[in-house]
Amino acid sequence: MQVPAPFTYERAGSVDEALSLLGRYGPEARLVAGGHSLIPMMKLRLARPEALIDINGLAELDYIRVDGDHLAIGALTRHASVLDSPVLREHYRIFAEAERVIADPLVRNRGTVGGSLCQADPSEDLSAVFAALRGEVVVRSASGTRRVALREFHVGPYETAVGDGEILVEVRVPIRTSVGSAYEKVERRAGDWSIAAVGAFVVLDGDVISDVGIGITAVGAEHFTCQAAEELLLGSSVQDALVETAAATCAAACNPSVDQRGPEDYKRHLVSVLASRALHRSISAARGEVA
Amino acid sequence: MTATETPAAQTPATDSPARETLTSPAGNPLGFGRMLRKEDVRFVRGQGHYVDDLVLPGMLHGAILRSSYAHARIVSIDTSAAEAHPKVKAVITGKILETLKLAWMPSLSGDVVAVLATDKVRFQGQEVAFVIAEDEYSARDALELIEVEYEPLPAVVDARRALDSDAPVIRDDLEGRTDNHIYDWEAGDAAACDEVFANAPVVVAQDIIYPRVHPAPMETCGTVAHMDKVTGKLTVWTTTQAPHAHRTVYALVAGLPEHKIQVISPDIGGGFGNKVGIYPGYVLAIVGSIVTGVPVKWMEDRSENLMSTSFARDYHMHGEIASTRDGKILGLRVNVLADHGAFNGVAQPTKFPAGFFHVFTGSYDYPAAHCKVTAVYTNKALGGVAYACSFRITEAVYLVERMVDCLAFELGMDPAALRMKNLLRPEQFPYTSPTGWEYDSGEYPRALAEAMRIAGYDELRAEQSRRREDAKKPGADPAALLMGVGVSFFTEAVGAGPRKHMDILGLGMADGCELRLHPTGKAQLRLSVQTQGQGHETTFAQIVSHVIGIPPEDIEVIHGDTDNTPFGLGTYGSRSTPVSGAAAAVAAQRIKEKARVIAAAALECSVDDLEWEHGRWFVKGDPSQGKTIAEIAMAAHSSLELPEGVEGHLDASVVYNPPNLTYPFGAYICVVDVDPQTGAVKVRRFIAVDDCGPRINPMIVEGQVHGGLADGVGMALMEVIAFDSDGNNLGGSFMDYLLPTSMECPSWELGETVTPSPHHPIGVKGVGESATVGSPPAVVNAVLDALQIRAADMPFTPAATWRALQGRPLRPDLAIE
Amino acid sequence: MMKVQIEVNGKETSAEVDDRLLLVHYLRNTLGLTGTHWGCDTSNCGACAVWLDGIPVKSCTTLAAMADGASVRTVEGLEGDALDPVQQGFIEEHGLQCGFCTPGMMMTARALLDQVPDPDEATIREAISGNLCRCTGYENIVRAIRWAARHEAAAREQQSAHEPQGAAL
Repeated sequence: MQVPAPFTYERAGSVDEALSLLGRYGPEARLVAGGHSLIPMMKLRLARPEALIDINGLAELDYIRVDGDHLAIGALTRHASVLDSPVLREHYRIFAEAERVIADPLVRNRGTVGGSLCQADPSEDLSAVFAALRGEVVVRSASGTRRVALREFHVGPYETAVGDGEILVEVRVPIRTSVGSAYEKVERRAGDWSIAAVGAFVVLDGDVISDVGIGITAVGAEHFTCQAAEELLLGSSVQDALVETAAATCAAACNPSVDQRGPEDYKRHLVSVLASRALHRSISAARGEVA
Repeated sequence: MTATETPAAQTPATDSPARETLTSPAGNPLGFGRMLRKEDVRFVRGQGHYVDDLVLPGMLHGAILRSSYAHARIVSIDTSAAEAHPKVKAVITGKILETLKLAWMPSLSGDVVAVLATDKVRFQGQEVAFVIAEDEYSARDALELIEVEYEPLPAVVDARRALDSDAPVIRDDLEGRTDNHIYDWEAGDAAACDEVFANAPVVVAQDIIYPRVHPAPMETCGTVAHMDKVTGKLTVWTTTQAPHAHRTVYALVAGLPEHKIQVISPDIGGGFGNKVGIYPGYVLAIVGSIVTGVPVKWMEDRSENLMSTSFARDYHMHGEIASTRDGKILGLRVNVLADHGAFNGVAQPTKFPAGFFHVFTGSYDYPAAHCKVTAVYTNKALGGVAYACSFRITEAVYLVERMVDCLAFELGMDPAALRMKNLLRPEQFPYTSPTGWEYDSGEYPRALAEAMRIAGYDELRAEQSRRREDAKKPGADPAALLMGVGVSFFTEAVGAGPRKHMDILGLGMADGCELRLHPTGKAQLRLSVQTQGQGHETTFAQIVSHVIGIPPEDIEVIHGDTDNTPFGLGTYGSRSTPVSGAAAAVAAQRIKEKARVIAAAALECSVDDLEWEHGRWFVKGDPSQGKTIAEIAMAAHSSLELPEGVEGHLDASVVYNPPNLTYPFGAYICVVDVDPQTGAVKVRRFIAVDDCGPRINPMIVEGQVHGGLADGVGMALMEVIAFDSDGNNLGGSFMDYLLPTSMECPSWELGETVTPSPHHPIGVKGVGESATVGSPPAVVNAVLDALQIRAADMPFTPAATWRALQGRPLRPDLAIE
Repeated sequence: MMKVQIEVNGKETSAEVDDRLLLVHYLRNTLGLTGTHWGCDTSNCGACAVWLDGIPVKSCTTLAAMADGASVRTVEGLEGDALDPVQQGFIEEHGLQCGFCTPGMMMTARALLDQVPDPDEATIREAISGNLCRCTGYENIVRAIRWAARHEAAAREQQSAHEPQGAAL
């Protein structure tokens, strides 16, 4: 079997301890929670941190709660908890819809929200979910906390705004009313990464789209979203043609790479189909129609 | 002993159906019938013994450094840093092997294969150096310390370019080699075909790719080798489907005395053809043990398994089918370009370089057929016959079943009706095919009719018509699913095979078998074949029970250890039941006949006075006067005086040479729903009617079929090993080489018909590969039926399906565009 | 190197291990519990599935160090006095062939039935979608888990039928 290169294992019992360990080991240290993505990369020797800091003991970061007008999700929350969360389901169906197609049940038992975001795979699903919802992440360091909009969180493939000596501790999503949301993903097989996936939420004020968010993953969409499509929809009344135009805008704006999941023309086409479906289902849900 | 010398029953011995309902004290059938597997308890308790579970005192661990290039000259290899690693015991390179004359080994098909590359590397993942260390972690760390300087060479990736005059010559190690051509091979009558095709009212031609796939058993390949320096005995625990063949090859390759080699194949975590051949890693573990004097374990990781061990398929076919306007098929011909990778390492009977591909005429009645196969080297891993293919019958069935559907498409005929019109009729059996096969038995229309009945074929077509009409209506939902129904019919040729025609490396394909009855009537059955999950420990006990009536739980099946079993060629090509199953039945029949003689002595009567029923011989007209097999076994070992010329004990030893192959067949129907906007394919239903003759254990047969159907769904929808233009393998992990999960597989719907083999002693045929052979065309035909297009190549990933629907299909064997 | 203490199948175990030792190797090599297998390297196949603090995870991409102080359950810890109904179900319904994926598959199945005692086919298929099997085409695995569910339900019913009598004593 493949095995990781040598490293030093440390376990953190608190966020402060984790920060202190990060300080001690410097930039070659990595945090590990679920490990089902990072450790394969280490076994393939595509990642070789000098130290692994295990944060599975940070129970303080394992929560899903309403915090004023926001939903707050602790970084150590497992995918399975997101999938099963009644609170999240009540506000945004996009969470359960996305989680249900992330990896497989065993990986979801172990993998965490923070881990997925920080691994920052360009095909990661929650990045699209939080980008759609205009979430923000809370990042802590020895000197305090800062907030980063999810849409500014990714600075490149496998690279995020979380700096050396920092820990992502929470993800926050504004609570919206009269909202509908949905996630649409096509994969080659259950458990595979997305060929493309699009998530959306729509807030309706009567028939007018008063707020909208679109998240897109796996196709090189800038900031995992398409602002132009959102602007097109915002303030307009719901019309099929407009949704189609917005979907086409998403397709045109993304930058898919050519790989075994598909050629560029297919991926662009798929983005348009999935954006249309996600928006239509979000609108239906916002109207209170049973999907 | 040949089959002709064997008093093999000409009709199956299912003479007394009532007997089959008799049960043993443990509740098992005395013979055929559903019986829980004897092997299962150890597996569900986590007590299976696989190669990687073995730990020997002082055992070292090996790891292989592999080429990162598809084609490159080796300039230098520096192993000094690896050797300096404190836990490394030895580093072996091709140069060292050269001094031992072990750098190259013979392939199973007349070529040579590099154990470790000496001159250059010829595919990505090829073995370059072997590190032996105290533990696996250190061995793998040391691989990173070896420095290899390569001079990259242009790679031959596209098989269609392999014979270009400017193509780089891959096998410049072979004397006088100036191109990448391996062989041309033909079967059938080209001239007769030309005439039929010249005059045929309808001819449909189609290019078809059966892309490179991999058997990918859940357990990877590996070996623990122990050369005992004191006794000179080499023991090899290894993942092999053919332990005896491996032993002989090791003797031939390494010059080791064969009586000092013991090959043990313990529990095997799936084979599917992947574990037939001998891989460099096995040889390296042996060399490692010889060099270090202690046991050496080598287990490949998943990437090594996918990138370097036997691939399957990789056939580029150009088929042509001729027919009358009303769909009577007149002929089929095909040109194949076979991509064999960097070494010709196919495992198949020597006289058949393209395996049994020439059974491609399939299940239909037409006079003209011809195939020509051209094999080429490319810069890819070797292999070519693996993944439950029955020696290329998978490719053959895919070809004919796709061509028949292409014809149906062009004629506007229903594909099931077209098949029914052309299927061989029962009265034509035994049937000699245009390419020389003698199909032993078949009742094809009955099987197809049964599949159509289970499927509700007419209703399915009616539903499809309704949906297609609805889709044409104004305002129809553009996302409405496209429904497709795919049909395939296959004939297999399994149980290789008659020694006159079939050998591997000169070893005839007959199987030995020994049956011993102990004095108390319990039995041990020793087999040359080796289970990899097929349930031999149960099925073979049932075969013996069927013949001599002792409970199957009283029969221990011993296999997978060359020191303790008779010689035979192993388990692949669905040959265990047709060949070794026959051997076991014949051995049991001999025991039964000898038991009669002993019973007559014990009962002081003539053998002619005895009658057989329910596991005992008794005096005709006086059933109270009789002896059970157990009583006879005790008598056979006792002081009872036996007739002149009759030896004591109750044992039998048989070598079974099959007079012909067996020809299982089946009719499959697949129903799919395709999302026209995303290209996503969902298999809604799959109906499989198999005829493998009488079913020894219907539960096990159904399990075999289920697994093969999943393979078919996998190959049709997701499995492929593609390469980029530099020859990089794009299917090198389970993130990229996708196996079907529980989500893609429907609940299989099975049916059966029973047409016994007339020449097999108990009428049975092989079934292990039937579903893998038969199912891919059913799924593909269903997808294409949904799309209403004639052809496109699998796997139908969402992208491939959508592009096919756009009329711009993808080529699956190369990196996408 | 570090010292880990892991409760495995109800027994305390402890060893000095390399920081990078994978949990699957701790179980197989350090403890000799070879019932847990591995089939890939990349969290894809589930042959290595074990329970970590009651939850099935993939032990070939989990470190032994991460399990320090935790409890682990493997196939060897599935049976009590008799085989677990899941084990029996796999035998009864021919839910295994080569047996290699079986331990991981059963650990996943056991966890499912503890959460959802009467799962339908779709629920079962989703639950085992992270455990690959190359032999069975999954059909008989689904049936095996249904078998276990049915027999556990029957056992529960029998138990509750006896309870009032017990209370009367």
